[in-house]
Amino acid sequence: MTEIDTPSPLRQDPPQFPMERKCPFQPPAEYAVMRAEEPVAKVRLAVSGKEMWAVSRQEHVRQVLTDPTMSSNFKHPGYPLQVPVPDDILQAMELPLVAMDPPVHGRHRKEIIPEFTLKRMQALTPRIQKIVDEHVDALLAKGGPVDLLTELAIPVPSLVLCELLGVPAEDIPEFRDFAETTVRSDVTPQEVGMAIHQMDVYLDKLVTAKEQNPTEDDLLGRVVLKNTEEGNLNHREIVALARMLISGGFDTLTNMIVLGVAALLEHPDQLAQMKADPELTRNAIEELLRFLSIADSAPSRVATQDLEVGGVKIKAGEGIINLTASANRDETVFENADQLDIFREIGLHSAFGHGVHQCPGASLVRVELKIVYDTLFARIPGLRLAVPVEELPFKRATLIQGLDALPVTW
Amino acid sequence: MPLSVHRERCIGSGTCVYTAPEVFAQDEDEGLVVLLTDGTDQANERAVRSAVERCPVAAISLDAP
Repeated sequence: MTEIDTPSPLRQDPPQFPMERKCPFQPPAEYAVMRAEEPVAKVRLAVSGKEMWAVSRQEHVRQVLTDPTMSSNFKHPGYPLQVPVPDDILQAMELPLVAMDPPVHGRHRKEIIPEFTLKRMQALTPRIQKIVDEHVDALLAKGGPVDLLTELAIPVPSLVLCELLGVPAEDIPEFRDFAETTVRSDVTPQEVGMAIHQMDVYLDKLVTAKEQNPTEDDLLGRVVLKNTEEGNLNHREIVALARMLISGGFDTLTNMIVLGVAALLEHPDQLAQMKADPELTRNAIEELLRFLSIADSAPSRVATQDLEVGGVKIKAGEGIINLTASANRDETVFENADQLDIFREIGLHSAFGHGVHQCPGASLVRVELKIVYDTLFARIPGLRLAVPVEELPFKRATLIQGLDALPVTW
Repeated sequence: MPLSVHRERCIGSGTCVYTAPEVFAQDEDEGLVVLLTDGTDQANERAVRSAVERCPVAAISLDAP
């Protein structure tokens, strides 16, 4: 009867989740209320109507993401899936890395970790720089106003990812469709099922081709080659790994580019200092990752044992959503948390998640964003928004926050 | 101030290398943390403390003197 004893809007009827942003730079206003009043709260998933827990304070997000009794298994009936994956497809699919638990997770992750070290990502700098320069040349030649999303933020990360993985650039539209469909909450189960199926058919062919003609030139080729020799992963597991690398690497960088540029343009004093001292960009990137938190929540968990989080009892089998966008605005961790401050000494933000599942592509994100931001602001010093910030069209019903266009001029 | 790394916990996030590049690196074969120095001095202590705090799996620790 505690529900009646302590009435609160969040408790009487579980609020629907996801909650919408009213501004592309700010998490849903409800998160601040949750952090203050009910940091471990029940929410109702829009996609399934199921009740789940949501944690909004950084200490609880960290606790959940590092607790070994918390499972990442998408197939568990209590797992808070936020996209309507048809159950037959879900049960039949080879789980991606993000949905595995230790020790299997560690064995799979080991296959790609050496491929994503900071040093290896930094070694890609000349190639990424060339791709960025070519796109900046093209948009300068075109003349403003241009849509930075289509001219730069979509093609650059797509091309970099394709080259890194070893997938043909002409297939990018197919990946985009898949990557976008599987992070939306307003699509039908049929659309999600079709996107997953088409992606697996495509990747099955691609991985088979690499198995028949082994090559060391690209990431997937090296994973295939290593597994042909050592047999750690089978064919289906490599296909699932490729699927995850593609879905994780497309929309995320695109949206960090457009939202990051827009946020910096809205803070001209800070941007001026960053332009004068590109050393600042490193810190600015960490702050933008925290401030924007484009992945509103880290992948969810389902409890395998009863536990307590923030004084609330969570039972085995119940699902938990980790609100990273809220944890990154936790006032007890970040002073003036709602302000963008590129000079802020960066503590622990959870934009890449936390614990053993932390984003394996984090170093690629950091290296690529540095090249994009530095190049863009150095080569187009007069860059500005072509429409008032209030008119920027931002994405709705998606798990990765972003813009549908970023009109800029100079 | 002595530093320890726990490679058996490391997941190769690269956060420490990014935060304190003078002190941490990742080996080429496994991508896991290696120490470039056996301790930390005043010049890099702040960065090292930040790296310790930011490691997602507590694979590095700054031992009390």
